[in-house]
Amino acid sequence: MDFDVVIIGGGVTGSAIAYELAKTDLKVALLEKEEDVCEGTSKANSAIVHAGFDALPGTLKAKLNVEGSKMMPELARLLDFEYKNNGALVLCFDEEHRKGVIELYDRGQANGVEGLQILEKEQVKEMEPHVSDEVVCALYAPTSSIVCPFGLTIALAENAADNGVKFFFNQPVETIEKIDGGWKINDKYTTKTIVNAAGVYADEIHNEVSEKKIHITPRRGEYVLLDRSAGDLCSHTLFQLPTPAGKGVLITPTVHGNMMIGPNAQETETKENTNTTSEGQAEIRAKALKTILSIPFQKAIRTFSGLRATPEGGDFILEESADGFFDAAGIESPGLSSAPAIGKMVAGMVEDKLKPGKKENYQATRKGFVNVKNLTKEEWDKLIEQDPDYGTIVCRCETVTAGSIKDALHRSIPAVSLDGIKRRTRAGMGRCQAGFCSPRSMEIISKELHIPMDEICQSGKGSKLITGKVKEGLNNGK
Amino acid sequence: MENKQLVIIGGGPAGLAAAVAAKKAGLDDILILERDTQLGGILNQCIHNGFGLHTFKEELTGPEYAQRFIDQMLDLEIPYELNSMVLDISKDKTIRYVNKDEGVKDIKADAIILAMGCRERPAGALSIPGYRPAGIYSAGTAQKLVNMDGLMPGKEVVILGSGDIGLIMARRMTFEGAHVHTVAELMPYSGGLKRNIVQCLQDFDIPLQLSHTVTNIKGKERVESITIAEVDENRKPIPGTEVEYPCDTLLLSCGLIPENELSQQAGVELSQITNGPVVNESLETNIEGVFACGNVLHVHDLVDFVSQEAAKAGQKAAQYVLEGIPTSKHEIPVRTGGLVRYTVPFTVDPERMDENQVVRFRVGNVLKGGYVNVYVDDERKIHRKKMIMAPGEMENIILKKEWIKPETKTIRVETEEA
Repeated sequence: MDFDVVIIGGGVTGSAIAYELAKTDLKVALLEKEEDVCEGTSKANSAIVHAGFDALPGTLKAKLNVEGSKMMPELARLLDFEYKNNGALVLCFDEEHRKGVIELYDRGQANGVEGLQILEKEQVKEMEPHVSDEVVCALYAPTSSIVCPFGLTIALAENAADNGVKFFFNQPVETIEKIDGGWKINDKYTTKTIVNAAGVYADEIHNEVSEKKIHITPRRGEYVLLDRSAGDLCSHTLFQLPTPAGKGVLITPTVHGNMMIGPNAQETETKENTNTTSEGQAEIRAKALKTILSIPFQKAIRTFSGLRATPEGGDFILEESADGFFDAAGIESPGLSSAPAIGKMVAGMVEDKLKPGKKENYQATRKGFVNVKNLTKEEWDKLIEQDPDYGTIVCRCETVTAGSIKDALHRSIPAVSLDGIKRRTRAGMGRCQAGFCSPRSMEIISKELHIPMDEICQSGKGSKLITGKVKEGLNNGK
Repeated sequence: MENKQLVIIGGGPAGLAAAVAAKKAGLDDILILERDTQLGGILNQCIHNGFGLHTFKEELTGPEYAQRFIDQMLDLEIPYELNSMVLDISKDKTIRYVNKDEGVKDIKADAIILAMGCRERPAGALSIPGYRPAGIYSAGTAQKLVNMDGLMPGKEVVILGSGDIGLIMARRMTFEGAHVHTVAELMPYSGGLKRNIVQCLQDFDIPLQLSHTVTNIKGKERVESITIAEVDENRKPIPGTEVEYPCDTLLLSCGLIPENELSQQAGVELSQITNGPVVNESLETNIEGVFACGNVLHVHDLVDFVSQEAAKAGQKAAQYVLEGIPTSKHEIPVRTGGLVRYTVPFTVDPERMDENQVVRFRVGNVLKGGYVNVYVDDERKIHRKKMIMAPGEMENIILKKEWIKPETKTIRVETEEA
């Protein structure tokens, strides 16, 4: 056998499982169909570590959300990704719906969420002055937090890779064959066990090997991201209380100081429909105005959408569905929040079967990318002395240096495209949306990876940024 | 901490002209901080001609125009730092910048000239429905790739927005072997100069579709098609008018935004209309000794006007440092009327103003055969007929010092329909 475990899918779930299994002496591989980790649902979501009052008591979602959210601060410390405990408010705008707030409070208590309180209008307005005067009361969840989903996923994957997990990119799983003592994937990789963490495609992987079919419905959620100059709109994550009229949308700061608004929910035809629509954008903007009456939408810098991997049964599917085939499927919200706990639980199931030992020389920590904005003058000066590239600003909007971009290209899970650099360093993530820095980032990629400019992609093989040299397309004389 | 009499932030056309003028006005201790690898700013990628008709009575390319000022600056031995990003300006005029040779450095300035230019409105700000594949560029980014790096960002091109860079790039992409299908403009008029519409679109049979916008982007990895539809008077797409253009590239020329994040950190008051600092007749902001000029102040159509404006900022900054500008006792607001969107300056002091004070403005809609009127209080001082005024072209009037009395309350610049 090539491997003890092959994980299918390099999203936050697969990466969290890889991270946990890397603590053992098992031979682990991860297959990802795209060029990088964090390419599907993990890259386009609300970026919230939920407190855990939403899921029904007794479900895996409830248990793992609360566990995952408790694990997150220590994980952020070990793996050095951006995480902030900002607290959340679930806002109620109609006295008639107050019982819904109480219901959420009770549910949270049953799930073991700490510190929940019901606040009255005045208290809410004091915490969040921009919230609409229509607010009646709110559930306050102080443990609710925000996280950089790219930072989290990349940190988990990098640490796993640093500890020996083998990552194979651009490897969509086409065939899974039962062989003696295990499985064979794509007629190439043999393994004792498989972990299915394939996101919206997890049903297709599962149904390859199991008679008991599952079905995942992709449900699209659209978002709009506002510039950091709109960052003083609110400091807590502001949910709207779900009512018979709908689930509402959230307004939240991001760990980088932007404002994010969304999502709506719409079932889509295919598992690749990550487009935005004028209807969807209109919907989330109109709904958000219920929470805050004046939102500077002219400060929008990006619209995007992501697909939730919604399972039929409503709960996460975490089980050994066939001998040596483990599902981590149906991971929709609160999947990001639960990821550390899902990783632990699924890795535990695999370990119970394979009985591994501990890894020798295990690396428990990983360094994040330098964000010069977080350094003191002295720290930054010292860094520039060691490597002058940290004194050259490439992305002016987000203050990203050439040093950080080079670092991103040479990690154990390296960036291979502009989007890879963007998700690691934030170059191109700011208000000009890479207008100024993309040619400069491309030059660095070209030089560091020894590839010509016209081979550089935005994200994925079909996304070349340059189509050729000037004048090549001229039909002289015709 | 090191001290400088004048620090100019930005070494593009505005910063260069300001530096030359300040030095000629007798200021010696000047430093230009430029974030790019060379002086000249965006002019370096503007390799088409047409620059300098007003200033040099010649048709120069952008780099040639910039070089005229760089040569003067070098002759005058004005110091500058390249690859130097200003990180912060504090209220007491301490500037923090970083580069690879000096590290993070703080300097104290007696006066500052803001000359950071502007940026393009990105695709994300337009909320265009569809996917977000490779092949969507702002026109200026495409211009950099084509003109400075010799690389083509695409072969089959649709352009949204008819700002000047978009028009120039329609022609440039055609020259370099691409096929430009069409230019769509949301508004019922172009945002660019008339001469560019003629020379860059009409001469190459590239259709300009006014009151049209992009309603869909197809292609998950690289642009595969762009759908364009006509819009109604509320700028909403009219169902049934959609036309899909198979292509690999969408260029955007949908407006320029002055880059005032640093100004804001320093506490400079900004105008909601220009997105630039609110300045008085000396081009001074609400912070004493902090001046602004060029596209960071308001977006210009011609670089000649940038140079003129910047020279004035340079002179005034020199005067401020060397002899002091008398504190303003009477700031008269310049109000707008008719289609006039804003004026620069925003206020005029009768004592501090020039004998012939230039007031620049833009209109918010096309006006044919109308008038520009200037009132000092209720007295009409200027009544000038204009064949055409358009949002894409900057206008100016000269305000005479002799018209303004100590008791003058307001000045009004307005348009009047014929």
